[in-house]
Amino acid sequence: MGKGERPEHMAPPDIFYNEDEARKYTTNSRMINIQSTLTERALELLALPQDGLPRLLLDLGCGSGLSGEALSEAGQVWVGLDISAAMLDVAHEREVEGDLVLGDLGHGLPLRPGSFDGAISISAVQWLCNADRAGHDPRKRMKRFFETLYMSLRRGARAVLQIYPENHKQAEMLVAAAMKVGFSGGLVVDYPHSTRAKKYFLVLMVGTSISVPTAKGLDGGEPEDEEEEAAAEHVQVAGRDRNKRRRTGSGKGDGKGREWVLRKKEQMRKKGYDIAPDSKYTARKRKRVV
Amino acid sequence: MKLLTHNMLSCHIKNVRNGYPFLIEVVKVSEHEADFDPDFLKHIFPRINWPAFLQGAQSLGCREGLPEEAAESMLEDEGFLKRFHHALLEVFLEEGSLVCPETGRKFPVTKGIPNMLLNEDEC
Ligand SMILES: C[S@@+](CC[C@H](N)C(=O)[O-])C[C@H]1O[C@@H](n2cnc3c(N)ncnc32)[C@H](O)[C@@H]1O
Repeated sequence: MGKGERPEHMAPPDIFYNEDEARKYTTNSRMINIQSTLTERALELLALPQDGLPRLLLDLGCGSGLSGEALSEAGQVWVGLDISAAMLDVAHEREVEGDLVLGDLGHGLPLRPGSFDGAISISAVQWLCNADRAGHDPRKRMKRFFETLYMSLRRGARAVLQIYPENHKQAEMLVAAAMKVGFSGGLVVDYPHSTRAKKYFLVLMVGTSISVPTAKGLDGGEPEDEEEEAAAEHVQVAGRDRNKRRRTGSGKGDGKGREWVLRKKEQMRKKGYDIAPDSKYTARKRKRVV
Repeated sequence: MKLLTHNMLSCHIKNVRNGYPFLIEVVKVSEHEADFDPDFLKHIFPRINWPAFLQGAQSLGCREGLPEEAAESMLEDEGFLKRFHHALLEVFLEEGSLVCPETGRKFPVTKGIPNMLLNEDEC
């Protein structure tokens, strides 16, 4: 993905994933394939006991429930948390099986200790690397997220977080934040030699320190089956789609600008959502830590 | 929101010590059938905070038939499992609030989704 095309650079997640985006996202069959393939891989890395027993899992940044549906299909019970009310509304409409919670990962998880058998997160946690609002400190938000995640998991449980880091440094920053609160584990990078298929999974463990699972495609190979091929194209497809919308959208080719964000925020306010007041920071170019 | 989820939620406002369990204010409750899976019920039972579960069930109107105290041995009783299953997974808080027992802060629940977003001064 080229500069300026990442959703994380355009607007905060609760603004970016508005009603339009939520619907488009959820009806895109390619997207559905990609997200379920990623979820299946995350489940594999979660390494739950193969005893046919449903486990209670968290889906962090569950969105409209594409990842959650893959969990249901695998026979798991889940609770999803997301910051976008619009995404959760779509999940609700689609009658996903998991319970849904509106929340910000950066606020920490509102969960009691030892309540979950595992956690997955698909394409969400890289958002924590941005300072989306005045007063946001990404490091503090990551710390809060990881410490409450650690607490909420049972001993021996894992969390597998698939991320789209902007660069390797961002990935390492997330790993470091996780290790600092007591997790063991690390980064699994599937197809590391392929720009298209490369996928990052943060594999975290509570209270055990077994070695990090082996990545796929270390020999320089590319994914073979069709669905993985779809996952491989994620980046390009996303880039292309967005370019198109940009051109047709503002007509100026400079993305969802400040005006667009202000308008969206006003719409959300009218619907009764609690939206941060507009300020000079609204829709500014997003600051990143690395 | 199911009582299963209610049982796991705890108030995450900064410096709150006794944020569990949330009190439930009910505006609307609904029921949807869920697959009866004794294995899952047995798996999750030891983790359920029973007093919190009873309190939640009381609020949602499905407390009847649930024992004051629960013991592992009850899991052999099909009747108990059915009632446990029903209250845990089939009764939903659709509209209402979760109230932090320490601060009284209300987290609104709409369309079954609790809004747990904090204000800046709460995190
Ligand atoms: C690409 S979508 C993935 C959704 C879902 N996991 C799936 O596989 O379809 C990323 C999601 O992360 C959510 N997200 C981003 N930042 C978040 C935060 N700080 N807290 C909670 N959710 C967040 C967004 O609202 C969005 O729904």
